Amino acid sequence: MRSRHDTSHDFEAYVAGAGARLLHTATLLTAEPPTANPRARRLLTLALAHTYADWDRLRGGDPYDHTRQYLATRFANTAWHHPAARLRNRARQDTPLARLTPQERLILVLRLYEGIAEEQTAALLGMPAERVRAVFNRAMAVVLGPPPRPAPAVGGVKAVAS
Amino acid sequence: MTRLKREATVRRMLEQSPPSLPPEIHADAARRGARILRRRTLARRAMWLLLLAVAVAFVVWALTARPWVEPPSETTPPLTGW
Repeated sequence: MRSRHDTSHDFEAYVAGAGARLLHTATLLTAEPPTANPRARRLLTLALAHTYADWDRLRGGDPYDHTRQYLATRFANTAWHHPAARLRNRARQDTPLARLTPQERLILVLRLYEGIAEEQTAALLGMPAERVRAVFNRAMAVVLGPPPRPAPAVGGVKAVAS
Repeated sequence: MTRLKREATVRRMLEQSPPSLPPEIHADAARRGARILRRRTLARRAMWLLLLAVAVAFVVWALTARPWVEPPSETTPPLTGW
């Protein structure tokens, strides 16, 4: 049985080592600018708090995986069930990922920034691998495609090369 | 553009301008984590107390009601006047 003091110490070292990368991931997910990211900070604090609470049961497991898993599922549950947040994010165009839906952003960030394979991403989010691939391809097309025109014509064809 | 090249381009886009980690995040997370732990301990304790209360109530009921004793027969009339 490890003392609480040891846990605190290990946890502090873990946050010092992995915190910056995790905050970058969270900031990409919320599509906030790097200098003003209150939502990403809240999300990361919550995920780290759960890692802290599970620290003693984690033995052998990777705390980074634990925090990242919590971050991803928590973001999925809050962003997909709150359309208001989605609209707000869509209105902002100041980051390259702001044009994506939260789901597209989540899958793009997990696959490319975190480098998680397609099957593991599917398992992490509890969806079929084909769907992960489809959303990922759509996200890539939007990110690499031309920036949207300020006022698209009504009924105009919005063709995206796949 | 090949798929790998496209992915490398987007990866570079994602990796630019990382945010700086605010120093208070560690303390905040540790404080909230400790609160989660405390709440879990309380919940576990409450569950055990409830279980104990149910067990005690069952034993008391069993000792007073004695459900294993055969109830006195109610169909045979009492045999009197022999």
